[in-house]
Amino acid sequence: MRIPVKEIALPVLAITAALGIFGILVWFAGVSPVEVWATLFKGAFGDWFSWQNTLQRAAPLMLTALCVALPARAGLVIIGGEGALVLGGLACAAMPYVMPLPDNIVGTIMVCAAGALAGALWIMLAGWLRQFRGINETISSLLLAYIAIGIFKHLVEGLLRDPASLNKPSTLSLSEGIRIGGIAGSDVHWGLVLGVIACLGLGLWLRATASGFSIRVVGGNPRTAQLVGLPANRLILAACGLGGACAGLAGAVEVAAVHTNANASLIASYGYAGILVSFIARHSPVAVVPVAILFGGFGAAGSLLQRRLGLPDASVLVLQGIAFVLILASEALRHTDIKASLAKWAAPRPPAAVPGTMHKGLPS
Amino acid sequence: MTADQWIALAAGIGGGALRVGVPFLFVSLGECLTEKSGRINLGLEGVLVLSAMAAFGGSYLTGSPWAGVLLGACVGALLAALHGVLCSLDGVNDVATGIALMLLGTGLAFYFGKALIQPQAVQLPSIPLGNWSDNPVVRSALQVNALLPVGIVLAVLMWWAFAHTRAGLLIRMAGDSANATRALGYSVSGIRIASTAAGGFIAGLGGASLTLFYPGSWNEGISSGQGLIAVALVIFARWSPLRCVGAALLFGGAGALGPALQSIGVGWGYHLFNTVPYVLTLLILVITCRPGTVVVGSPGELSSTR
Repeated sequence: MRIPVKEIALPVLAITAALGIFGILVWFAGVSPVEVWATLFKGAFGDWFSWQNTLQRAAPLMLTALCVALPARAGLVIIGGEGALVLGGLACAAMPYVMPLPDNIVGTIMVCAAGALAGALWIMLAGWLRQFRGINETISSLLLAYIAIGIFKHLVEGLLRDPASLNKPSTLSLSEGIRIGGIAGSDVHWGLVLGVIACLGLGLWLRATASGFSIRVVGGNPRTAQLVGLPANRLILAACGLGGACAGLAGAVEVAAVHTNANASLIASYGYAGILVSFIARHSPVAVVPVAILFGGFGAAGSLLQRRLGLPDASVLVLQGIAFVLILASEALRHTDIKASLAKWAAPRPPAAVPGTMHKGLPS
Repeated sequence: MTADQWIALAAGIGGGALRVGVPFLFVSLGECLTEKSGRINLGLEGVLVLSAMAAFGGSYLTGSPWAGVLLGACVGALLAALHGVLCSLDGVNDVATGIALMLLGTGLAFYFGKALIQPQAVQLPSIPLGNWSDNPVVRSALQVNALLPVGIVLAVLMWWAFAHTRAGLLIRMAGDSANATRALGYSVSGIRIASTAAGGFIAGLGGASLTLFYPGSWNEGISSGQGLIAVALVIFARWSPLRCVGAALLFGGAGALGPALQSIGVGWGYHLFNTVPYVLTLLILVITCRPGTVVVGSPGELSSTR
């Protein structure tokens, strides 16, 4: 297997540069950059406690990143994963209102499936609007995300509200048996395992199956796909559905493992951070795993930056933003042959064209 | 409902259209200018938030709201210029860059804006359009942002400039055919970077009106996707600055529906009514877009409509 040196080196360089620029920024705020980098590392990967915190945040990031990565492989830029996540969490929390659930793993599977289904339908709607109505999916998915948040708040504060939740409107808590527990001996819940399985499984699917390959053809070259008669509409809807299911599952896992009910804490922009993770992973589901852990680490370190060094909690958002911009800018380097441009730069310049020689031979 | 309640509701929506519509107007004019040059800027959401913070900070520090407006617009132009430069690099996707800029702008605004959540900045003066009425509800609803006339003049100016000036024609040419522009010896990247930066400047005025007029304070939820709605608004307005005015007022009215209903005692569905602008945008897209065809009036080089 070929090791994609440039594909790994460029994001690593870009993130290093982002840390550098972030260092300069905090230096202006009167904080030592070295201390910031040390705190970032300590808060993210310094000890077992930080690792648990990091992995716990990485779980939803993996799943929401898949909501960007899979449609992207089919040629769509979907950025409304937050909506699928929120509705997935809502559907998960609403299940006990709809029907009596067994208080065991079957119940867990049922609430998670409800979450995944809600997310899948929401993102498929964006895919459908694009394929059948010609609406740009980037814009529609984002509008749908805002609509989803409105529906979420409306139901959580109204129909589904637990009357006992006074200051913070929430739904009824899931019963003990349905909740997703921690992996033995840690605070990390099984959602992480779900996330990793989803990334590896979908990565394998894209790489090793005919349908996965077809999706890459549709995304890579729509005209070729049309010529060989691939069912582009169905494939694109499938990619959207699978991606949306992942984001919906992320919401269900957050409800079933972290919050135990649906409340406003669910709207924590995991969906937007997932966009970033997917772009850095170059929309490869397998590469999403390490990138999500890295960004889970940044998130986990955020509160330590705030507590230890007095930086605003938005600092991590700034770091993420700078990293994203630099990684995109590094795309330009990926497309240029660095060796060739260096050689060209080092080579002696050709003599300047003599004016008038260009049109020699043409009738004037 | 009583007659007073009807008046209050109409005043709430009408006044809301004039108040809430102002940020929409500037962002859609900015996006219109950017898109006319053949580039889409989803990052205007980030521009809006960052310039809103900068304008509030500028007004707080200098005591002059107009200095704040200028600072907000300049900061908006800078962030948009970054978008313009990044997009002109080889192999960089403008949609992805827009999302990155949205994240970066929001992050920077929250980072530098932490200190501004408590203080009060000097606000922009208001123009009392409702003084003809004896009804206090109507009078207070028609207190209009001083930037509203600026926006309307700007829209007319842009409409005229696109049709009659050399710069306007160049921008339209870069948006319709990059090859034709190159053939005439102009730099497509240069025109697009300039238009994107100018679009950011105009959107920055919208940011300023968010924090210096209505709702009139800096907080982290200040712009909930208004910069993104602008992209849809421009499609709705078919890339015409004049129609942007109407579209912005319509959306302002839709955005004011929830609060207006709440003010007359309809508490039900507050959050649902707040999603009306987004639902409306989506419906407009469904009505105006056709699969496989290009929306009437769209610049030929625009990636989002192809």
